[in-house]
Amino acid sequence: MDERNFFQQLAFDFTRCFITEDRWQLLLKGILVTIEVSLVAIALGTVIGFLIALCNLSKNKFLKTIGGIYTDVIRGTPSVTQLMIIYFVIFATAPIPKWLIASIAFGINSGAYVSEIIRAGIQSIDKGQTEAGRSLGLNASQTMTHIIMPQALKNIFPALCNEFIVLIKETAIVGYVGLMDIQKAGDFIKSATFSAFMPLFATAIIYYVLIKVLTLGLKQLEKKLRKSDVR
Amino acid sequence: MSFIEIKGIKKHYGEGESRVDVLNGIDIEIEKGEIVVLLGPSGSGKSTLLNIIGGIDDADDGYIAINGEKTANMSEKDLTLYRRKHLGYVFQQYNLIPNLNIKENVEVGAYLSDKPLETDEILKTLGLYEHRHKLPNQLSGGQQQRTSIGRAIIKNPDILLCDEPTGALDYKTSKEILKLIEEVNHKYGNTVIMVTHNDAIKNMADRVIKLRDGAIRKEYKNETKVSAADLDW
Ligand SMILES: Nc1ncnc2c1ncn2[C@@H]1O[C@H](COP(=O)(O)OP(=O)(O)O)[C@@H](O)[C@H]1O
Ligand SMILES: [Mg+2]
Repeated sequence: MDERNFFQQLAFDFTRCFITEDRWQLLLKGILVTIEVSLVAIALGTVIGFLIALCNLSKNKFLKTIGGIYTDVIRGTPSVTQLMIIYFVIFATAPIPKWLIASIAFGINSGAYVSEIIRAGIQSIDKGQTEAGRSLGLNASQTMTHIIMPQALKNIFPALCNEFIVLIKETAIVGYVGLMDIQKAGDFIKSATFSAFMPLFATAIIYYVLIKVLTLGLKQLEKKLRKSDVR
Repeated sequence: MSFIEIKGIKKHYGEGESRVDVLNGIDIEIEKGEIVVLLGPSGSGKSTLLNIIGGIDDADDGYIAINGEKTANMSEKDLTLYRRKHLGYVFQQYNLIPNLNIKENVEVGAYLSDKPLETDEILKTLGLYEHRHKLPNQLSGGQQQRTSIGRAIIKNPDILLCDEPTGALDYKTSKEILKLIEEVNHKYGNTVIMVTHNDAIKNMADRVIKLRDGAIRKEYKNETKVSAADLDW
């Protein structure tokens, strides 16, 4: 029987995993990498998603085909594979920082899902709204920006928030291209200390808190948006 | 030359097995200031014809000429301008913009028009002035349809197109709306083309056109026109 009790053991593990050799700094750096990659990917994904949605909704056959292939290929292959192709093949020799390449990969990936969200949001608006816009003498793009989009955004926003959360969790695979994010930092500590419990639970808790904070923030924002709409 | 000339309009949807010939050569001439009622059973192609006249949809064959100007020869940009300048549109389902209040919904109609009417005056005529700050879903069907009429007439269009404007309304409210359309026609002299499947409405028209299976079955000038207030069904 071990002479240390459960709590002493816990404290001992904690010290060994996070305090010794300042290992907590690994996790902190990992958090920054995760946030950095996620934020840029979210921004990029939103822009790409919007453009692809316009392609998918366009009457132009060429644009429609491009949009269709894009969503089809991205949704039909694993994100790890996409990340590795973009990192090891497409940007293999490009002088761009690792984290930015990862952001681009996740942005391209997320764009396909965002485009579907935007397309569904636009299509959920009654056809009569387009007819109304056109009959008033607005052209197609004026109808889209002044009449359809403001209504569609209300449906798009919650789904988009969900996509952001999925994206953050997806970035846990950036270790595959040698980036030290939260997941990789946890993994590193696990190998260095031969202890699995502490680092892996720490990783889970950090992701959970990060996503909780984001979710609450977005909920607040959504509430504000709704409020500004009621007179 | 008539004010509106509709000549040989043909339209189909779909291809092969699922092809539907909706309009099979429609010829109509309409004079300025007339109230024209377009009658026909559901699916006879009334909305399609109205959308072609309104430049929202295009025909396979034939042309529409307003004051001698053919819409088929217009570019997309000119068509947009044509709608903006000459047309007001009233839909069965109102199609108001849900996130704008009543006043804003009416003002949207004045957007980029060169000769808009006074918004407040129109709101008062329509009995909507005290509701002007409400959203569409806070009003009754009749009030919403009045708003959509306001939106259509604020730019004082030469042509007012109405697609089953009373289709979603009860008897009393329907008559109110029809009286309003008649009043607008008197006051501003707009040409009105109104689609309906309510046979009684033909009595307030100057000209009646009956459509069946995409063809004109009957067309005549109504010599016994009555006021909308005297309609009954
Ligand atoms: N966008 C469309 N695509 C395919 N078929 C259509 C479309 N619009 C109308 N139709 C068909 O055309 C026919 C006439 O429709 P419509 O003009 O709406 O008739 P009405 O207004 O007289 O009820 C109907 O059979 C309808 O199903
Ligand atoms: Mg119809």
